[in-house]
Amino acid sequence: MWYLVRRLEFFIVTLWAALTVNFLLPRLMPGSPAEALLVRFHGHVSPQAVKAMEVALGIHTDQSVVQQYLEYIGNTLRGELGVSVSYFPLSVATVVMQALPWTVGLVGTATVIAFVLGTLIGMLAAWRRGGLFDAILPPVFIVISAFPYFWIALFCLLIFSLTLNWFPLGFAYDLTSQINLSWDFVGQVIAHAFLPALTIVITSIGGWILTMRNTMITTLAEDYVKMARAKGLSPMRIMFMYAGRNAILPNLTGFAMSLGFVISGAILVEIVFNYPGLGFMLLQAVDNEDFALMQALFLMITLAVLVAVLFADVLTAVLDPRTREAG
Amino acid sequence: MIATKPILEIRDLVVEYRSEREPVRAVDRVSLDLAAGEFLGIVGESGCGKSTLLFAIARLLAPPAEIASGSIRFRGDDMVTMGDEDLRHIRWQNYSVVMQSAMNALNPVMTIGAQLSDAILAHRRMPQRDVRARSEEVMRLVGIDPVHLKSFPHQLSGGMRQRSMIAMALVFTPELVIMDEPTSALDVVAQRSLMLQIKELQRKIGFAAIFVTHDMSLVSHFSDRLAVMYAGQVMEVGPTQTVFAQPRHPYSSGLLSSFPSIKGERLPLQGIPGTPPELAHPPSGCRFHPRCPKVMPHCKTTEPRFHEREGVQVRCHLFDEGSPRNLGEASDFVGMNADGD
Amino acid sequence: MAIPIVTAQELVEPAEPRAGVLGAVASGLLSNRKALGGLAILGVFALVAIFAPLLAPYDPHSLAFDQLLGPSAQHLLGTTGNGQDIFSQLIWSTRESLLLAIVAGALATLASVLIGVTAAYLGGLWDHVLNLFTDVFLVIPTLPLMLVIAAYVQSHGVWTLIAVITITGWSYGARQLRSQALSLRNRDFLEAARVRGERTSYTIVFEVLPNMTSLIVAIFLGAALYAVLAAAGLQFLGLGDNNDLSWGTMLFWAEHNGALLAGAPLWVLAPGICIALLGGAFALINYAFDEVSNPALRAAKRAKA
Repeated sequence: MWYLVRRLEFFIVTLWAALTVNFLLPRLMPGSPAEALLVRFHGHVSPQAVKAMEVALGIHTDQSVVQQYLEYIGNTLRGELGVSVSYFPLSVATVVMQALPWTVGLVGTATVIAFVLGTLIGMLAAWRRGGLFDAILPPVFIVISAFPYFWIALFCLLIFSLTLNWFPLGFAYDLTSQINLSWDFVGQVIAHAFLPALTIVITSIGGWILTMRNTMITTLAEDYVKMARAKGLSPMRIMFMYAGRNAILPNLTGFAMSLGFVISGAILVEIVFNYPGLGFMLLQAVDNEDFALMQALFLMITLAVLVAVLFADVLTAVLDPRTREAG
Repeated sequence: MIATKPILEIRDLVVEYRSEREPVRAVDRVSLDLAAGEFLGIVGESGCGKSTLLFAIARLLAPPAEIASGSIRFRGDDMVTMGDEDLRHIRWQNYSVVMQSAMNALNPVMTIGAQLSDAILAHRRMPQRDVRARSEEVMRLVGIDPVHLKSFPHQLSGGMRQRSMIAMALVFTPELVIMDEPTSALDVVAQRSLMLQIKELQRKIGFAAIFVTHDMSLVSHFSDRLAVMYAGQVMEVGPTQTVFAQPRHPYSSGLLSSFPSIKGERLPLQGIPGTPPELAHPPSGCRFHPRCPKVMPHCKTTEPRFHEREGVQVRCHLFDEGSPRNLGEASDFVGMNADGD
Repeated sequence: MAIPIVTAQELVEPAEPRAGVLGAVASGLLSNRKALGGLAILGVFALVAIFAPLLAPYDPHSLAFDQLLGPSAQHLLGTTGNGQDIFSQLIWSTRESLLLAIVAGALATLASVLIGVTAAYLGGLWDHVLNLFTDVFLVIPTLPLMLVIAAYVQSHGVWTLIAVITITGWSYGARQLRSQALSLRNRDFLEAARVRGERTSYTIVFEVLPNMTSLIVAIFLGAALYAVLAAAGLQFLGLGDNNDLSWGTMLFWAEHNGALLAGAPLWVLAPGICIALLGGAFALINYAFDEVSNPALRAAKRAKA
């Protein structure tokens, strides 16, 4: 169980690091654009909100840095994140919570699909070595994964939306609709999410296919696979339970390590499609110099990545009995 | 030849490794017989092809290695030409394999019990209860407490892992067990204890065994027959006691005198001068001729045939009819220095 | 310290084996089709970058032409929304894009080496701290971090981009380098150096690093690929200097002028393909590198039995 304890330690430290980055950056940068913005707020917004932002952005306070720091952490944990400039008068917390489900839904689902599919294809490619499958796949996917995420997004937009008119141009649902749980709305959501999801899957799947293929090839050379053949087990069973189960372990770790990168790419896709998730909001916040919102979104994205990493770690512990023992 | 019909007949087996240039012959026209219940040891230096031969027999070769020609008749059927389904059917039920390192041969993410039941259920439909009963039985057979069926390989000691591998190999009481240096990964004491156990199991169950090793002295205590391999060919094969007491092939002599006996008189340590040949370009004629202390002119040009002496087959020109030097004795090696004179 | 009986020079492994390893790798790469492809692409881009003034038909900034023309003999790729020749822009942009990839990639690799190897050598608490530091940077999502940093930094230029890419891109390599340095640490030839009384820094620079060359090259290739994509992404979002000539900024302007909707797809397609080719070149060489150093991964010949 030490393994999970260490992972929790990592989780907390990273979260703390993100908070600290949020705290330090505005103080390290020359000039203070935030000040000018806050002037606009006085009188329109609750004093706590103003105070929270001052603390977060390091403006107007007489407190020492350490005091500000502690207060900032306290405010954040309480959810007192201030008010959004670009979505005035909504509070930052509200905006963030509205954007969250869209990102989790789109990016989360697409990433998981890409990983699962990629792993399966990589496993099959390694199993059938020397075949056509194995010869074509690696170079094709190397090329595809070299295209920037957003370019593939633009490309998909061009072909499937503008030219063929199969899918809508962007956003999460038709502009005239309200959010509800009707089938019609669900249909819209799926239609709007399809292209961005497709983009994410296309660009990230290549990496999973290649790494799974490589670990699988190494695993297939192991003695216990030979032993499984010697025992006369069915090829399917060998491929999944003996080779696959072992080959996927380093991949799961790799998945956890690269989630930061994958989520970044997914955010670019959100932006191209104007999909109202955390990433799109982040860019808006940056463009509008809405610093409080920006910080909160950064924190939330980091949190989301961390949760996913923790999940992958738990999965590894479940799949690999050796991690449960090792200290 | 063997009186009763052998369960394994290998004839002119050739195993090649495909490479960018010409294929390399790791096993060159090997022929061997194995009777039911017989323990055959195969010894030789590293790279002589003994492991390749073993995996060829077990039909476990993977590209770039492949059987180029020859036959392996097991219980009357040629395994080389057998289809995949038929092969899968006889695997484990009629012959099983024990590998060198159990740590590498056991799936690290499955329990011992799960791996055992995999092997069982691959060939028989049995209710879980019976699978478990048989698993426990076979674990007890090798002296392991059945509670370890729930353990993962990394939780067991080296010796226990090796014995669980043997337990798995015996789960269908096969007629033939093929073993690739199963004791090499263990210390001397554990080695002997494992060998004794294997021998005991063989007596009880009656399987035939092929045991490959580089440790001639170890296997000589336990095997019925001994085969000596060099550069992909069998050089000498016969009843262990006979081969051991009086090795006829110059290579076998050299091999034996490399292992000094603790009890015997003190002799200067001899090796065999030179190094094993590159299998891509084996020496012409007899493969051992560059290192042989008794080399004769036509050893370089003609491949020797097998000759029989007291139940032992020797592949050497020394035993050709009318050969001038017709006596090969171990004593000829004594007093020779590294230059061979 | 006692005077060593044998000088360090004599005990250092002869240059031959190391050159031998590099030589073997180099010849391995040159005979690998994927590597050749990647190297060829890089070569072409390098030539284009160097000879841009000769190759581009027009001044890339010139607004003299009609806007949004389609491809024609005078304008191979058409013109932008401001009336600039796309083809000339594309050629001149090669310089900055290539520069970003190589410089940012190299700096990120340097940082990886420093942190990864130091962590392995200091060991103990320092190792734990540096390790945690690395893992944190690894997990914090790069684009959001880059966005946040770029938002606060008022000046947007090539060097800001390089700095941001380096800060976010070193962690992956550092992890790998640390593992390899750890495993090398226990090898015999390092024991020999320790026994000779060599300082740790000497050991690291002259004994360990040369043996990690192939990993460092692989990491550089990965970092360069990351730099290409990250730079493109940031510039596309408008966080680079929008007046610079780079493939990413071209895409920024294309998007802002609604190139897709206005029916000027080449404005979007061309820089995108160039970015992909540059990134793909690094990826191909990296993949070939993997194959050369790990024979098990080479494409199986028709040896299917």
